[in-house]
Amino acid sequence: MNLPIEFQLRRRTLLIGTAASAAALRFAQTAQAQTPVSKPAGAEKSAVTMTVNGETKTLELDHRTTLLDALREHLKLTGTKKGCDHGQCGACTVSVNGTRVNSCLSLAVMHEGDEVTTIEGLGTPDNLDPMQQAFVDHDGFQCGYCTPGQICSAKAVIDEIRAGVPSHVTSDLTSPIEMSGPEIRERMSGNICRCGAYSNIVEAITEVAGEQV
Amino acid sequence: MEFNKPADQNLFDRSKVVGKPHTRIDGPLKVSGQAPYAYERHDVVDGQLVGYPVGSTIAKGRITSMNTEAAKKAPGVKAVVTTLDIEPLGIWDYNAARLFGGDKVEHYHQAIAVVVAETFEQARAAAALIETSYDVEQAKFDLKSEFERLQGTGEPDTVGNFDEAFAAAPVTLDEVYTTPSESHAMMEPHASIVDWSDGGDMKLWTSNQMIEWGRQALAKIFSIDPDRISLESPYIGGGFGAKLWVCSDAVLAAVGSRAAGRPVKLAMPRPFVANNTTHRSATIQRIKIGAAEDGKITAISHEAASHTLLGGSGENAIAQTPYFYAGDNRYIIHHPVEMNLPEANAMRAPGETAGLMALEIAMDEMAEKLDMDPVEFRIANDTQIKPGNPMKPFSDRHFVECLRRGADAFGWADRNKTPGGQRDGNWLIGHGMAGAYRGAPTMKSGARVRLKDGSLTVETDMTDIGTGSYTILAQTAAETMGLPLEAVDVQLGKSSYPVSSGSGGQWGAASSTAGVYAACVALRQQIAERLGLEDPRFEGGNVVDGDMETALVDIAQGEELVAEDTMEFGDFKKNMVHATFGAHFVEVGVHAGTGETRVRRMLAACDAGRILNPITARSQVIGGMTMGTGGALSEELALDQGRGFFANHDLAGYEVAVHADIPHQEVIFLDTLDVSATPLKAKGVGELGLCGVAAAIANAAYNATGVRVRDYPVTLDKMIDKLPAI
Amino acid sequence: MKSFSYERASNAGQAAARAAEVPGAMFVAGGTNLLDLMKLEIETPRHLIDVNGLGLDKVEETEEGGLRLGALVSNTDLAADDRVRRDYPVLTRALVAGASGQLRNKATTAGNLLQRTRCPYFYDTAMPCNKRSPGEGCGALSEGAFSRQLGIIGTSDSCIATHPSDMAVALRVLDAVVETVTPSGATRRIPLEEFHQLPGDTPEKETALMDGELITSVVLPAPVGGKQAYYKARDRASYAFALVSVALIRQPDGSGRVALGGVAPKPWRRPEADAELPNGARAVMARLLDGARPTEENTFKITLAERTLASMLAEE
Repeated sequence: MNLPIEFQLRRRTLLIGTAASAAALRFAQTAQAQTPVSKPAGAEKSAVTMTVNGETKTLELDHRTTLLDALREHLKLTGTKKGCDHGQCGACTVSVNGTRVNSCLSLAVMHEGDEVTTIEGLGTPDNLDPMQQAFVDHDGFQCGYCTPGQICSAKAVIDEIRAGVPSHVTSDLTSPIEMSGPEIRERMSGNICRCGAYSNIVEAITEVAGEQV
Repeated sequence: MEFNKPADQNLFDRSKVVGKPHTRIDGPLKVSGQAPYAYERHDVVDGQLVGYPVGSTIAKGRITSMNTEAAKKAPGVKAVVTTLDIEPLGIWDYNAARLFGGDKVEHYHQAIAVVVAETFEQARAAAALIETSYDVEQAKFDLKSEFERLQGTGEPDTVGNFDEAFAAAPVTLDEVYTTPSESHAMMEPHASIVDWSDGGDMKLWTSNQMIEWGRQALAKIFSIDPDRISLESPYIGGGFGAKLWVCSDAVLAAVGSRAAGRPVKLAMPRPFVANNTTHRSATIQRIKIGAAEDGKITAISHEAASHTLLGGSGENAIAQTPYFYAGDNRYIIHHPVEMNLPEANAMRAPGETAGLMALEIAMDEMAEKLDMDPVEFRIANDTQIKPGNPMKPFSDRHFVECLRRGADAFGWADRNKTPGGQRDGNWLIGHGMAGAYRGAPTMKSGARVRLKDGSLTVETDMTDIGTGSYTILAQTAAETMGLPLEAVDVQLGKSSYPVSSGSGGQWGAASSTAGVYAACVALRQQIAERLGLEDPRFEGGNVVDGDMETALVDIAQGEELVAEDTMEFGDFKKNMVHATFGAHFVEVGVHAGTGETRVRRMLAACDAGRILNPITARSQVIGGMTMGTGGALSEELALDQGRGFFANHDLAGYEVAVHADIPHQEVIFLDTLDVSATPLKAKGVGELGLCGVAAAIANAAYNATGVRVRDYPVTLDKMIDKLPAI
Repeated sequence: MKSFSYERASNAGQAAARAAEVPGAMFVAGGTNLLDLMKLEIETPRHLIDVNGLGLDKVEETEEGGLRLGALVSNTDLAADDRVRRDYPVLTRALVAGASGQLRNKATTAGNLLQRTRCPYFYDTAMPCNKRSPGEGCGALSEGAFSRQLGIIGTSDSCIATHPSDMAVALRVLDAVVETVTPSGATRRIPLEEFHQLPGDTPEKETALMDGELITSVVLPAPVGGKQAYYKARDRASYAFALVSVALIRQPDGSGRVALGGVAPKPWRRPEADAELPNGARAVMARLLDGARPTEENTFKITLAERTLASMLAEE
């Protein structure tokens, strides 16, 4: 290897056998990291009012409840999916005040007064939104689990491109942005589809974007 | 009905519905968020509590104590059950890991407790309060050294004399390839709602590919009568083999339900999935090929190893090698290596996926040594029989046509043939191809059909894991009964329905459509008898016999006609090899500076018998190509060899392909029929797309750079030292 | 996740004072990293102070001709700001290389700076981690550990984690300054260079912030011009953390600035390395990575950093 610098490899330590046995005891307690504080300073629940798919909803929620769980467990709007609960898959994507977000990484209590639109707010099986219909027509899904998130993202992606929000593949930051395959793919990359319908999804989005021109 | 001889000309050869491109009948429900997945069944049973799992934090040893006091006192907690509270549960026939019970730990994140509470937030918080102590046992996690130890041992599958032929071959290759452990990473984590409140009948709403296996597995795990168990799994958020099995979500929910006396729902936290459930084992594969100057393979040896828990079989990377290419002298063996890692078990195209990742690079290397076009090299070594066994022909094999059609459509002949010889700005451009092979088994499959007022309902415990089962079963029933597609309703995934093949091993589509056909034929016979007809035709919603036409809607006048049958596959099939074939063609760019590889074009040509629905079949193939792109370039369950666990156990650490990784994909289906496959002359296609595609990408990366990487995934660190100066 | 109480702050100074006073308090803005860590009990605040109502969501011009980026400006809005695109394109490029579209909609300027490492041994609470539980040992430095993604320089025997931000790497070449309000209500200005701290023996201490101190903005000096670029090398094409990233500003005379991401516990820049830019990537890296201590698994980052920079320089 021809490297610009000389260096030392970092030494590794053994953590096998008796050391591991001792460590294992400690592993048991590692969940409480750093200096634990025993009690919250006040109430652990609050009321929150938001508009969901056009309807005003008031919920009394444990502060720990994410927007995703508020939708799925409290409002029984299970169209929004929990794929990872850590912002790593995009299945929970919904629109909040017109902007797409990962609902798993947002506390419901922080959405006082917000307008939330979920997949249920876009269309019904008998009256599909054009994007939903395009996903059916282009077979932009298979198992269907990431699909609501893909569709919520797809609608936002068209808006974001039209609004001139730049992306990683935008070549010129100061010119209008083209509605192109690479732009759509890059912007949809926060929505993982393990069934691998990406090629079809891009075609569905391209069709809808074209029809809306 | 038994399928006991090759199919003659039949109604599917004049089809109006089967084979036509219908969009999914379950599509509108899925795109509107109305299709209910396992964890979402708020309506099926009242009083659902929420369970949260606790996993072991060591790979091997025994639990010496568990302190659950704080968890039991935590707000909302209704029950805490630890693995020390119960005897070891049973292990089902096709699994190796014990899902719960007893003090023994065999792998990291083995389930060791479940906390049941009123809410998810409460259960999760309480689960973190459980303290566990272990006696840790030493274990080894080094597949490479085990492979070195095992090479040359065991009882290989041999034909002729490999050693002699290899020694005599003028052109030879001898290389070692590795593939990493892979995670199914389906988007819906394993989840179940279980009602076993009274310890009597056990009801599950779950996410499972194989309903009857699930019922039998639960019966064995809990030592109860299978007839006391019912499962429902109408929608499944992906499986890829991870949901062939009952997993700890169902077991913990059942145990929790029993303890709390209420139904319990439990979804696996994503960071728990990779180490708690199954995965595809890593492999090491040594491949030797000897060939004559004309490119005919004379000797082939494939020796592989993979890890497994005791009682499992690992990843059988040699699966295709006895069949795929000709050659009179062969030495083939797989060594499963016992290791205290999570259970290695089937992931989409188990065996062939890892095997072809290696073999199809070896074929590319061999073609180069022979100075042959890799397409022509493969054509030269096509075989219509199982090599070494003239009595075992392929039922229907058009691999050569896949290669030629694919090459033509891709423009293979126009590629740059000199490695490192084509550039586009910062990107080195390369082209690669690989062959695809995957067995095409069929499994006994049953269905029931109900005809009322001209509408047909199909009931079978078959599942739709994204494969398109709903749609192709509706098409099959519509075709057989002469009804429009809209008149057919399909109900899947309930244990109260007739037992089907289930979804696995690429057998689902071929088997379950045959099962629905059998049930429809039984209904047709019933109708014929009712009308006193010999052999009427069913078309346009009518029963037709000569000049007589009776509308199906009028036949029973409000009464429901019910018929049920199971398709069984006769022994004649054992005299031949049923398989599917394909050829992948790929263009990549490799960044000349960084060594990042990005796929630019992909095309697959597939031979899988009758294509039942070109829309859903194509989606299955591109899905495989996409999974294979991840497998080629980024997917690796990173093993911590000191501790024995997969360290990157979430979807940020385990990188599956995203939108930006996948270009437009093309699929060509050959117009073939396999008359000895099923009455529909169809074979599966759900796994074929994954087979070989990673090697096509690796070969394209080699063509782009001249750097041969034999260790997957083909990441930049494996190339960067060998790339030309900037 | 441990239960917590919650309040909405309406004044930055008061928020800082509250955070210092209430045991176990933390600020929450976008929440995209904090919630993730709370679910795993890596972070266990018992009181959250929601700072979204503080009005710190504007990009304003400074008297010095630079920009003041509000702490709460979303990554999307910051990347899309016309002035940033025109005058600080390396910042836009870095922002859009990070995370995903929907995460950038929620993630904020301050939160991005404060995001924590993606080291798998930090993320798995069953593993020893000096950053998460001081004194426990470093899981990533034990025999057989997985360290491919981890740091090669600025690390210590206690911790080899990297800082995962892309944005911060661009801010580092732009000589940004972090502005805060302390619990006593004072304003503090911390150069980005001093904001993130090296692990040494205290990897749990990641920034120069004191207890309760709240970031209110990040100030960019007047534009420096030049050609600006950000390249992020990664395994998949998007939605992935950097193996190595390079932020580069290059002036017509060949001088410039360079910083690396994905290699160190902070955005990695050295003035003596900047000075070598006219002499090419190898000369830059000889200075910038002098003293590197990679593991066997991540030694490649040295070559990768050099080749990435070399290809960026070759593009001009």
